[in-house]
Amino acid sequence: MFKFIFDKDTWQEVFDSLSKNKLRTILTMVGVWWGILLLVGLLGAARGLENSFNRMFGDFATNSVFIWAGNTSKPFKGFQEGKRLRLKLSDVAKLEDNIEGIEFAVARNMNQGLVVRDFLSANLNVLGDFPVLDKVKKRNLVAGRFINQNDIDNHKKVTVISEDTYKQLYEKEEEAIGTYIQINSINYLVVGIYQKGMIDNFGPSEDVYIPFSTFQQVYNQGDKFGFLMITGKPEYKIGQIEQDAKLLLKNLNEVHPEDNQAFGGFNLGKEFAKRYNFLTGMQFLTWFVGIATLIAGVFAIGNILLITVKERTKEIGVRRALGATPFEIQRQIIVEAVFLTIVAGMFGVIIGGWILIALDHFLGQGEDAILVNASVSILVLFIAMVVSVVLGTLIGLIPAFKATSVKPIDALREE
Amino acid sequence: MIVKPISYNDINVNKMLEIRNLHKSYPIGDSSLHVLKGINLTVEDGEMVAIMGSSGSGKSTLLNIIGMLDEADSGEYILDGLPIKNLTEKKAALYRNKFLGFIFQSFNLINYKTALENVALPLYYQGMSRKERQELAMFHLGKVGLTEWSHHLPKELSGGQKQRVAIARALAANPKLLLADEPTGALDSGTSYEIMKFIQDLNDEGKTILMVTHEEDIANMCKRIVRLRDGVIMEDTKITQVRAQQYV
Repeated sequence: MFKFIFDKDTWQEVFDSLSKNKLRTILTMVGVWWGILLLVGLLGAARGLENSFNRMFGDFATNSVFIWAGNTSKPFKGFQEGKRLRLKLSDVAKLEDNIEGIEFAVARNMNQGLVVRDFLSANLNVLGDFPVLDKVKKRNLVAGRFINQNDIDNHKKVTVISEDTYKQLYEKEEEAIGTYIQINSINYLVVGIYQKGMIDNFGPSEDVYIPFSTFQQVYNQGDKFGFLMITGKPEYKIGQIEQDAKLLLKNLNEVHPEDNQAFGGFNLGKEFAKRYNFLTGMQFLTWFVGIATLIAGVFAIGNILLITVKERTKEIGVRRALGATPFEIQRQIIVEAVFLTIVAGMFGVIIGGWILIALDHFLGQGEDAILVNASVSILVLFIAMVVSVVLGTLIGLIPAFKATSVKPIDALREE
Repeated sequence: MIVKPISYNDINVNKMLEIRNLHKSYPIGDSSLHVLKGINLTVEDGEMVAIMGSSGSGKSTLLNIIGMLDEADSGEYILDGLPIKNLTEKKAALYRNKFLGFIFQSFNLINYKTALENVALPLYYQGMSRKERQELAMFHLGKVGLTEWSHHLPKELSGGQKQRVAIARALAANPKLLLADEPTGALDSGTSYEIMKFIQDLNDEGKTILMVTHEEDIANMCKRIVRLRDGVIMEDTKITQVRAQQYV
């Protein structure tokens, strides 16, 4: 039954009747072409956005939680409610040992500080950090280096400042590395400048880093620290890790297990999920718009073929007088519909591809690209093509049956 | 001695066409128009018959029924021993392709196909291979003297040439019966005679031809004239054929 598809004559007939009115053929194809183009362009752009999100946040984004200590809200083991809690470095080691799936558990300290350089000053957030922070929260350095183990070991008074801080304290183009700034009246050597990324939109602004050990000493923190940042291994759920960690901390600090206020947590994963949901929504919208346009396009093909069939009534009558069976006529028209759909679809894919190449060229270059590797998968193209071909066939049935619904004698009388 | 059993075919061996008591009416609004009121007609193999009559006499309807483009309400129609009745569209298409060749007043060539492709079209529907049908189509184009015009589109041909292409197309499938509906109706008299010469030549070769016309001179170039009026045959006479050759 499908032998005719490989028959040169079938295609000869299709080309003849389509090339007979080129303008109409092209206009017919525009609908489907546009549908596929939208689908490829939008889906590709959405994918590019997703990729760029992924690149910016990495695993960190979806798999991190901040934990801090507060006051108890339930009496427990003889302690009254309202007991003040602090995180301790010894807790961190226990967390790492006892909870499955922790990749990094990073103790951090934060304080407000008056930062002064010559006559310029600013009130900024000062953080005491370990070098490992760079691993869980990529610090993009524009100059110098980040805090290293040597700084920690020797309680060095060095600092890494954000680009914004640099702008507040230094003149334009001024060399900052190797100069000193005062933080709460103590001099620190500037060793690095970093640039904030998307990730810094979450949580408090991190303006100035100093070594964790220095922070401990200067602000007299001892074993205690401000907050904990935990990153889970990719295969573990961060929600579970957060629960486990809090429970263990409650245990270690003699807090009622159901006390929900003793330890606070901020799950970055959840926040990112919201953004990803937006992406998913956008992809859904893209599919919806693309497929809807495709359907409209296919209907346009059906519509034009219907007109074509009306115009070709006499020709169809002649063909039938010469011995064409209704089936042969119907088949011919369906093949035309499907062929138009496929060709239009292919052009849509090609032009859509060009658009993606252009998007990549203009928006997809460099570290901070809005779109990263904007592309669509072969599967998407395949689905789009299959949908168009199926719709093309179904819609082709209408003009096909219309073509043979007229008796040959009436068709021949048509002028 | 072998005795061959007599079959229905043997009895009708000479009868190309047999029509008995054929009726046809068309509905017009609430009433209906009785177009053919009991036609009886027998055409033998090799005849050249002109069907004449004023417009509305039913001559075209009769030709369309013979051409299986239309169906009779009642009566019998036997084509070369084959009863034509209750045809499905598919069957009708097959019979039209195998047994009948059509020549129309308005040529009805497909305008985006070359002369050769037009002639080859019935062969395409027979399922013949491309090479074969091109050769055969070329042969038939040659017979109507249009070899050199084979790759021209209909719009590049004169009226007479178009009708010659149509004749070649009607002949391509080697039909038993050639049906012509006013074949010269759209042509000037010079070209008309030229076309008639081709048709006469075909008849000389043994082709049975049935032609609807309202022109006396064209009818006189046939061998028999059947006159219709108001759906019945008024007159059916054999005549001496006027050869078209002398006017060309």
